Amino acid sequence: MSADQTQSGAEVILRALKEQGVEVIFGYPGGAVLPIYDAIFQQNAIRHILVRHEQAAVHAAEGYARSTGRVGCVLVTSGPGATNAVTGLVDALMDSIPVVCLTGQVPTHLIGNDAFQEADTTGITRPATKHNYLVRRSEDLARVIHEAFYVAQNGRPGPVVVDLPKDILIAPAPYVGPSGNGHRTYKPRTEPDRAAIAEALRLLKGAKRPILYTGGGIINAGASELLREFVHLTGFPCTSTLMGLGAFPASDPQFLGMLGMHGTYEANLTMHGCDVMLALGARFDDRVTGRLSAFSPGSKKIHADIDPSSINKNVAVDVAIVGDAGRVLAALIAAWKADETPPEREALAAWWRQIDLWRARDSLRFVQSPARGAVIKPQHAVKRLYEMTRGIGREVYISTEVGQHQMWAAQHYRFEKPNRWMTSGGLGTMGYGLPAAMGVQIAHPDALVIDIAGEASILMNIQEMGTLAQYRLPVKIFILNNEYMGMVRQWQELLHGGRYSESYSAALPDFVKLAESFHAVGLRARSVDELDGVIAQMLATDKPVIADIMVDKAENCFPMIPSGAAHNEMILGVGHESEAAGITDAGLVLV
Amino acid sequence: MAENGFRSATIAVLVDNEAGVLARVIGLFSGRGYNIESLTVAPVDESRLHSRITIVTSGTEMVIEQIKAQLGRLVPVGRVSDLTREGPHIAREMALIKVVGEGEKRHESLRIAEAFRARVIDATTGSFVFELTGATDKLDAFLDLMRPLGLAEVSRTGIAAIARGPRTI
Repeated sequence: MSADQTQSGAEVILRALKEQGVEVIFGYPGGAVLPIYDAIFQQNAIRHILVRHEQAAVHAAEGYARSTGRVGCVLVTSGPGATNAVTGLVDALMDSIPVVCLTGQVPTHLIGNDAFQEADTTGITRPATKHNYLVRRSEDLARVIHEAFYVAQNGRPGPVVVDLPKDILIAPAPYVGPSGNGHRTYKPRTEPDRAAIAEALRLLKGAKRPILYTGGGIINAGASELLREFVHLTGFPCTSTLMGLGAFPASDPQFLGMLGMHGTYEANLTMHGCDVMLALGARFDDRVTGRLSAFSPGSKKIHADIDPSSINKNVAVDVAIVGDAGRVLAALIAAWKADETPPEREALAAWWRQIDLWRARDSLRFVQSPARGAVIKPQHAVKRLYEMTRGIGREVYISTEVGQHQMWAAQHYRFEKPNRWMTSGGLGTMGYGLPAAMGVQIAHPDALVIDIAGEASILMNIQEMGTLAQYRLPVKIFILNNEYMGMVRQWQELLHGGRYSESYSAALPDFVKLAESFHAVGLRARSVDELDGVIAQMLATDKPVIADIMVDKAENCFPMIPSGAAHNEMILGVGHESEAAGITDAGLVLV
Repeated sequence: MAENGFRSATIAVLVDNEAGVLARVIGLFSGRGYNIESLTVAPVDESRLHSRITIVTSGTEMVIEQIKAQLGRLVPVGRVSDLTREGPHIAREMALIKVVGEGEKRHESLRIAEAFRARVIDATTGSFVFELTGATDKLDAFLDLMRPLGLAEVSRTGIAAIARGPRTI
């Protein structure tokens, strides 16, 4: 180890971050990390973005990571700094987002003494991260930082915490560059097994009613182009999870829309009736499968995933392929082209005729009265936002909070490209959207970044309006304001006899004035005739904007597979005759 | 394979010998609701860079496959081997057993201990401590016999296991 001993631990950390290509850190200072902040002050290579709450720092890093495909970086202090970051860490863990979070820690000699702002950070974050480290020796410092970046982005991506005692930050430490080896033990498999690819190909070539079920793994692998090639090569229908939206263009005729609880009728019925399913970078989440015993009962299932533990976890599959989604797709494309067996063209044509009948049900339909003064339907607001932000010559990035507005955004905002859609899927974290949008805007200063929000969720990280103002981040916050925690209200209406326990958003702030107090612009639309004007004004404003869109308070999000129901037991919305099978008690507990 | 498709599995795991690795493995089992029937751990190489964890667990075939996959994706885990599934293996544990009593019961405990090839490693006029190594069944049988004879305390190591023949993990 040819080591330079003249630098402090804090300086070594910054040098390692720089070598890892870090340009931005989202953070919040405190006693235990002051040496790192001092080192940040004395350099210009890495930009620090001061958030207003540590949870937001992690979500901002997630937004940065998901919109760029790079690792997001976070710096927080010990104790409350670390505990506040935990929600963000679990969010990144569930949605497979690469994040490295540096946490301050009390000096090594005080660890275990209940010192001021001490928390057992590695203990608390062990199940909240992909991996974590406590650096106890200066000579380990540089290696651990490099290793953290390797672990965060290789295999299934995820968050890594590095806990840094203050004395390690101050003491001189040797610097070493990244080893070519990454990690001495962690070597995830990325190249798929050839025999499994051959078996998958045999099933796919013989498929009469196929479906591709794709997820966030395609986006993490940067495999959108390959997915498009494979879908066009095979002529198969393609659906996507919430996390995978944008990996395949929404405008492509072979795209069936999102599947799952609030997915389209055609996507869910195609899943239910298929004879061969190819799952790529998706994990058979309960929001996707509905009742497991009735999930796609007649199909042969092929599952390709980078994480072996995702395979056969919820659904037993016939062919398991462990590998990177891009390499799996490349292998499947090569195998498909090399294989002379003709695909089942006639059966496939018949399958498409059936799918088109399901599509003709138009399951996302809603009814918006055009009358002057008519109340705005939330779906209409998203649809107009989509239409007015298309083809404007700017890249558009959408984040969301969690709830009805999130599902309406997923249904009615149509994504053509990957990395444009940031949403909290696995953990379902209200308060995700604003800080995530912040991180996206930092990474893409010239892009149009919109947080489609609900009035309840937005209040969970509203303090980040201050960050928007400080860094002049022109994020647009588009609130679908129905004065309810809408998804909670919807479940209470459907499952709990209309007893709206604690789901009304009482004592809301005036969002227009709130925006103004944070040096932003506040706009409001109360009726459908005001909507387009407000959207146009929002888009024309080169500052952060809160657009408070007052929408129908009673609107429910359809279509919907009730918990505990099967894909073919969807409830469609207004104007569709109900084919609900009813909600079972077993379903009730799954909510 | 027992009823309900449940089976027992003895799983050997080779891990980097670093702080927190055992907590990671145990946290995985408690967090995901898997059973731990026995767990042992110790460094196993000269340089003390690696430890071997031997876990006895039970579940359906799907759950046991899931346990192995979950163990395998922990960053410091190098190898995961299902000894129960991958051919014959030997499993042993050791127990220290304290029996307190006098007279005929005391003599009887010593006779049984000899039959089981348990070693006396501590004796007073009113007590014995036996050391017994063997398969779990054998230890259980010995303890059952000692119970009416003044069994006072037991310390068991949990299971260490290894494949038969030249095969290694």
